[in-house]
Amino acid sequence: MNLARVIGTVVVTRKDENLAQTTLLLVQPLTEARQPVGRPLVAVDSVGAGVGEEVFFVRGKEASFPFHPVEPPVDAGIVGIVDHWHVEA
Amino acid sequence: MQIARVVGTVVSTQKHRAFEAAKLLLVQPLNLDDTPRGATLLAVDGVGAGVHEKVLIVLEGRAAGEALGRKGAPVDAAIIGIVDAVDIDEHL
Repeated sequence: MNLARVIGTVVVTRKDENLAQTTLLLVQPLTEARQPVGRPLVAVDSVGAGVGEEVFFVRGKEASFPFHPVEPPVDAGIVGIVDHWHVEA
Repeated sequence: MQIARVVGTVVSTQKHRAFEAAKLLLVQPLNLDDTPRGATLLAVDGVGAGVHEKVLIVLEGRAAGEALGRKGAPVDAAIIGIVDAVDIDEHL
């Protein structure tokens, strides 16, 4: 999983039927120092995250697991909202 | 599998139920000379690892779910061992 900040929402009207009812958010992966790393990507949300929040997301087929038995065709999904993290030097 | 070092802890209240009671750690993948390689990532801890320890991680969903002991868990990384030592044959 990776840390990320939700930086936006994505609206898609015409989409795969298994994507119905899902929320798509734009996330920017972060380093442990809160610096952006890599390119923003679209992730499906399963925890009620909102723009501006720090979250962690999973990559791969596992992103669809929260929607079981529906299998939305997604490759990234937000699975937790981060309260805080702590890095020890 | 990859070798990494545990560099921190993560606290999350609102999360998928598969993560309840799971420990989330920040890990930094390492090169063989112990220098950092790439970005840090989050892994669920399956072995009781602590900060500063060198660990073995899997970066694949099925294996990570098994390490967590929960099938169908939306995870893609898990700590599956604490590394005691790595011996590299310098002649190869």
